[in-house]
Amino acid sequence: MTTRIDTRFAELKKEGRAAFVTYVMAGDPDLSTSLEIVKALPKAGSDVIELGIPFTDPMADGPSIQAAGLRALKNGMTLKKTLDLVRGFRKDDNFTPLVLMGYYNPIYIYGVDKFLADAKTAGVDGLIIVDLPPEEDDELCIPALKAGLNFIRLATPTTDDKRLPAVLANTSGFVYYVSIAGITGAAAADANAVGEAVARIKRHTKLPICVGFGIRTPEAARAIAEKADGSVVGTALVDALKNSLDAEGRVTAKTVNAVAELTAALAQGVKGAQQAAG
Amino acid sequence: MNIVKPNSYRSGPDERGHFGIFGGRFVAETLMPLILDLEKAYTAAKADPAFQAEMNGYLKNYVGRPSPLYFAERLTEHLGGAKIYLKREELNHTGSHKVNNVLGQIMLARRMGKKRIIAETGAGQHGVATATLCARFGLECVVYMGAVDVDRQQPNVIRMEMLGATVVPVQSGTRTLKDAMNEALRDWVTNVHNTFYCIGTVAGPHPYPTLVRDFQSIIGNETKTQMQEIEGRLPDSLVACIGGGSNAMGLFHPFLDDSTIEIFGVEAAGHGLTQLHAASIAGGRPGVLHGNRTYLLMDADGQIQDAHSISAGLDYPGIGPEHSWLHEIGRVNYLSATDDEALAAFQLLSKLEGIIPALEPAHAIAKVMELAPKRPKDHLMVVNLSGRGDKDVPQVGDILKGKSK
Repeated sequence: MTTRIDTRFAELKKEGRAAFVTYVMAGDPDLSTSLEIVKALPKAGSDVIELGIPFTDPMADGPSIQAAGLRALKNGMTLKKTLDLVRGFRKDDNFTPLVLMGYYNPIYIYGVDKFLADAKTAGVDGLIIVDLPPEEDDELCIPALKAGLNFIRLATPTTDDKRLPAVLANTSGFVYYVSIAGITGAAAADANAVGEAVARIKRHTKLPICVGFGIRTPEAARAIAEKADGSVVGTALVDALKNSLDAEGRVTAKTVNAVAELTAALAQGVKGAQQAAG
Repeated sequence: MNIVKPNSYRSGPDERGHFGIFGGRFVAETLMPLILDLEKAYTAAKADPAFQAEMNGYLKNYVGRPSPLYFAERLTEHLGGAKIYLKREELNHTGSHKVNNVLGQIMLARRMGKKRIIAETGAGQHGVATATLCARFGLECVVYMGAVDVDRQQPNVIRMEMLGATVVPVQSGTRTLKDAMNEALRDWVTNVHNTFYCIGTVAGPHPYPTLVRDFQSIIGNETKTQMQEIEGRLPDSLVACIGGGSNAMGLFHPFLDDSTIEIFGVEAAGHGLTQLHAASIAGGRPGVLHGNRTYLLMDADGQIQDAHSISAGLDYPGIGPEHSWLHEIGRVNYLSATDDEALAAFQLLSKLEGIIPALEPAHAIAKVMELAPKRPKDHLMVVNLSGRGDKDVPQVGDILKGKSK
């Protein structure tokens, strides 16, 4: 089985450059604006889209992404509408890989089998579920792989060589290396430490390795892209969106552009990276 | 659905931390290696007689155990039914049962070489117990507490600060216990290298529900011995309040296989079960939050709902996973008491027995007021008086003044 994710990373490998992965929250600040933003991302240079599933209690996220989820929920966002958003995006774009990222409870309540079927039909390519470590693979990971979706696992600075094989065993699509022990949007990632970690993980897998958490600027995105197969930026985009809203948290004429412009600048950073050989 | 009764109600969890479908380890990868380390450290400590001996020493001379099993004569007369005994956990050092678990976890943290302790707290009782033992053992202590709870439990905030802890008011979400737990988890993910997370209840990822239960089981084990000494037999029923459910699990667990004993857990029904409340079993369904699958209050989309209780310690939209299992297999009966019922019980116990209970066990007393009159005079009923009410005196005073106006 080849997904859009596999195809995209194969293309990028031919081009000899790293992927630029963007994260935005589904339904932030409302469903129609969010769809416009997601549509604008590939045009602005995003290679892979991570779409956050709003959740009331995102325990691995910092204040920016927490607030984005609450803005979306306040405006009536649900998991079902998140899948509607994906369907809307797929009307115009059948190539850009799209990964849903979030927490398990909304999926568990939706019903795992129904969710996987609906997600596949809507055009979702993969899942990143923060609170499902390999110890809980029976819950969603194994069924997702059977349903033809990639299950992208997080590896972290605390995942040592002994544990890596378990983390990588059922991982597909790519590996998401969390560059810092911490929550989203917190400390800045150190590119040299990231390089060492990526090399360590590469000894255990042939999958592409994308790096996220703590990357905010084109320079940082570029530095990471020189060490890994992809740079992930989330909080900085969510902040750009938030700063474009009016005092009541409503969308303005600037909102979509604010996210698109930062995406374009970050994409330039990633594309300027000199990839390490191999 | 046919539920097969297990041979023993005390054999859980399995090696993956499951009680039936409940429990588990639903945490971010960053925390997984730590949780596995903790499990290893706890297994080793349990098998080490020196660990138990040291803990027993502190339980006796620092905590003041055993706590008395006291015959509440006037409450018994007033209700006119079962003979009511109070397990006096409120007499422990720091004023509640929370210290039993904190002592165990702090000793584990020391074995693991961790110098920084974090905790979440609702009513502040777990926070005070954690701050106390950190002071005693010279450890850094940071306590996360919802901003709403900081306001309504001021006496405990002051106590924690006097003990040298840093209290962080949590402004996110509903600004209560659930959000304090989110924030503690965020701190832990960030400071994994030096930090031990001291969870205050029988919830969270495996092995916490087991470990907290084991440390709290001293309540039930003492009760067994004491009741034998006083009445020459086991009690007929047990009653305890439940937020996450640690005082209840501590009392219940040693008795689970004594099949003739009726066991009652009392959740907080807040303004009533059709309005805002904190009764996860009565008003919730199974979901995944804070590292475990358990009964949760949530909406149709799986978003966690706001809990409400007059008692900050019960104001949580979930419950420990072993309670969810005991509910599903029918071993424990889960009831609920409203804010008003708890307030009435708070006043009744104060006036009849000269014991001001915390608002949390006042919920248990409220159900005793219903259960005891329906039982014969030779029925022995034990209530876990899990905490004292000093921390609630300003809040209850304000409410009663407001009502009398």
